[in-house]
Amino acid sequence: MSRSRQTTFALLLFPGALVAAPLLLPEFYITLLNYIGLYAIVALGLVLLTGVGGLTSFGQAAFVGLGAYTTAYLTTVFGVSPWLTLPAGLLLTGLVAWSLGRVTLWLSGHFLPLGTIAWGIALYYLFGNLGALGGHTGISAIPPLQFVDLELRSGGAFCYLIWVVLLLLMLITRNLLDSREGRAIRALKGGSLMAEAMGVNTPRSKIVIFTVAALYASISGWLYAHLQRFVNPTPFSLTQGIEYLFMAVVGGVAHVWGTVVGAGLITILKQWLQDWLPSLLGKSGNFEIIVFGLLMIFVLHRARDGVWPIIQRFYPPSVVRARAVEALALPRRPLPAAGSILLEVKDASKRFGGLVANDRMSFRVRAGEVLALIGPNGAGKSTLFDGISGIDPLTSGAVSFRGERIESLPAGEVARRGMSRTFQHVRLLPAMNVLENVAVGTHLRGRKSFVAAACRADRDEESRRLREAAAQIERCGLAGQMYELAGSLPLGKQRLIEIARALAADPCLLLLDEPAAGLRYLEKQALANLLRRLRAEGMGILLVEHDMDFVMGLADRVVVMEFGQKLAAGLPEEIQCNPAVVEAYLGGVE
Amino acid sequence: MDLQIALLLTQDGITNGAIYALLALALALVFAVTREIFIPQGEFVAFGALTLASLQAGKLPATIWLLLGLGTVIALIEGSLALRDRQFRRLPVILLVNCGVPLLLAGALVALSPASLPLPVQVLLALMLVVPLGPMIYRLAYQPIAEASVLVLLIVSVALHVTLIGIGLLFFGAQGSRTLAFTDISFEVGDALLQGQTMLVVVASQVLIVALYFFFERTIYGKALRATAMNRTGARLMGISGTLAGMLSFTLAAAIGACSGILISPITTVYYDSGFLIGLKGFVGAIIGGLASYPMAAAGAILVGLLESYSSFWASAFKEVIVFTSIIPVLLWRSLTTRHVEEE
Repeated sequence: MSRSRQTTFALLLFPGALVAAPLLLPEFYITLLNYIGLYAIVALGLVLLTGVGGLTSFGQAAFVGLGAYTTAYLTTVFGVSPWLTLPAGLLLTGLVAWSLGRVTLWLSGHFLPLGTIAWGIALYYLFGNLGALGGHTGISAIPPLQFVDLELRSGGAFCYLIWVVLLLLMLITRNLLDSREGRAIRALKGGSLMAEAMGVNTPRSKIVIFTVAALYASISGWLYAHLQRFVNPTPFSLTQGIEYLFMAVVGGVAHVWGTVVGAGLITILKQWLQDWLPSLLGKSGNFEIIVFGLLMIFVLHRARDGVWPIIQRFYPPSVVRARAVEALALPRRPLPAAGSILLEVKDASKRFGGLVANDRMSFRVRAGEVLALIGPNGAGKSTLFDGISGIDPLTSGAVSFRGERIESLPAGEVARRGMSRTFQHVRLLPAMNVLENVAVGTHLRGRKSFVAAACRADRDEESRRLREAAAQIERCGLAGQMYELAGSLPLGKQRLIEIARALAADPCLLLLDEPAAGLRYLEKQALANLLRRLRAEGMGILLVEHDMDFVMGLADRVVVMEFGQKLAAGLPEEIQCNPAVVEAYLGGVE
Repeated sequence: MDLQIALLLTQDGITNGAIYALLALALALVFAVTREIFIPQGEFVAFGALTLASLQAGKLPATIWLLLGLGTVIALIEGSLALRDRQFRRLPVILLVNCGVPLLLAGALVALSPASLPLPVQVLLALMLVVPLGPMIYRLAYQPIAEASVLVLLIVSVALHVTLIGIGLLFFGAQGSRTLAFTDISFEVGDALLQGQTMLVVVASQVLIVALYFFFERTIYGKALRATAMNRTGARLMGISGTLAGMLSFTLAAAIGACSGILISPITTVYYDSGFLIGLKGFVGAIIGGLASYPMAAAGAILVGLLESYSSFWASAFKEVIVFTSIIPVLLWRSLTTRHVEEE
């Protein structure tokens, strides 16, 4: 059998086995399968949140509890139909998650997961102490789910529902990740600076994935409540929240299918250990957590990416290639007339405490002009770039872009107005291919959002975006590397990817921070030709570069910086003979 | 509420707060030096208290098995590394430190019948059983991945926490224990009765905090730890080993945890899983101090203790809800006042 046949076979076998399983398996295994499905739904949210977005939560069990308690309370006290309590639970969970997210997602790194521990515990104790929710005894006699006449009372019937929901959510998650907003989410892990510079609203992206993960958990809770037809606080404790994260990490936290593997492994292992450990130890208790904890430490020491990538090694995914050839081009921004003033920087200063990195810098960039900013290391060139592009605002001074003041705008808003930049220290997403990295640059050129992505209503716009990205990659001479991982390319090529990404944003002003560093001679020539072509099209280019041959052969005008101040400005030939510049670079003539 | 109750609640709050302050200090220390959020800190509280209780009950504390087990694993790992590098001379030292000392301790426990020993000796024995677990755990769980991201280290901490909870249940059972009071003295202040033991907790935690201050200010090892906390790479370039700093900070954290457990076990019944919530409250205190400033962390911890004792009076069922929700406004405030700086 060929490899692709094998994959197709496996793909057909899986749903087939799922259909057959509840009919053939004994009740015990059906229950196990149900729990694996329920847990995998929660873990799926963690893949989105932790694996893709880089945010860790130990509190997912509390969201499961919100979904379960909402339906338990509404169906038993008010007799509401379970089909109405699902949206009610989602609404409540969504509101709680959104507000918690607003408060905690600001936090960097470790503060966030610790915050999730704190409110995970708080919600657990709330469930156990609210009289209306039955305290620690919980709520029983929850009605079963009903499809017209069919009551879902047996575990076998429920199994179909759980797994259909799980597969549906997996599909939605994959769709979501393979879209404009999905790329924005994946960009979060590479540090929010680059994402912001490409116009991604990172706080919003974080809140959205946090809420989506909570909604998945809430759906799992709703299913759980109607499967068990009884809820109490225990399954929504912090310990369970920790177990959900273990499942995601063991399975492979960056992989949608890892959730099923992780949930399956942990659930079966738990069942087995619960039977086996007490008789071995001669005591009863939750001793399986000893093994889980040790397993988790082992996984983090030895296979941090989890089990799924190990399975995947035997079935490498077939590479999806260009699907975007015949799409329409994205609409372009009209470029300002050549010679008109694009950027005007006036008295720009930046202080870090006592250190003055930029001291009253002033210059202008016109459309259809290359302005080179040169100066010794530490002169403050990159700091000035950060100030102009809104990454790290200036302390004082004015920046006007196409007649509009932008010095107090955030990076995304500056990008939206048609300024795009590259970084001196390359900021790419090493695990994504070149095409997708460049497509991040098109973020602001589309509007299709999460819902459209989840139900694939964004395909037209998406293929236009990919076409644009591919066109910019070809323009930068990287056509041969389009489907290679960005992290596998040499530094010079990575710089070119950054330029392609900046161009994909359709800018009228390009800020390039040392684009030629690490390029070979011919590559430098090709880059210079590309920049000349862009200039001829009417683009303004602000260039920081140390390669003097490159700068002098390309720039229309040169501004020299030293110690944060403007040392000289003028035509390249003038600068080359300027005694102050010569002294700054070479230490003067004795 | 009358004055007497208010005094009682304040006394209770300050006693607990003093313990939380100690734990908050240990958390802030470990985080600053190793970037690890030491969630298992609480387990050391429980292990300290329950080990002392076992000693007093005339049982062989099961902690010794953990000590022997971890020692053997470390000896195996270090021994095989030494064999690989053909450094045969290191073998006796490795065996002596990791297996010999725990065995000696086990022998002493069997020979001495600790229940009849004076209290200070019992406390010393309990500390000798629990404190070495700190550096041993660092060696096995953290040292191999010392360069990993904060998030990976945090997940390891959580995994370690659940493992130790399970081991605690296995060793000490589900029933709680109390130890004998250190002192029976009590004072009358106005209408309220001031227990000598609670005074002792506050005084002892103060002494420990002052001792830590001198350790960090006046000793070369304390300064090495501070240097590592400020700049790991810089400290390494100056010859301060990251491993040594990690081991040392875990030893301190384990000692602080075990001391806290021993201090509170005469006042409150300690269960195998009590430590987690106590540790987390210390952590809430440390968060209020921003995981950076020791005095702020201590003040935050006292605040948590007071909040807990007053809310247990007004809404006892919601005590934990109130304490752990209080972290949210603090986080909100911090998020609004500190500018987000990206990790490179």
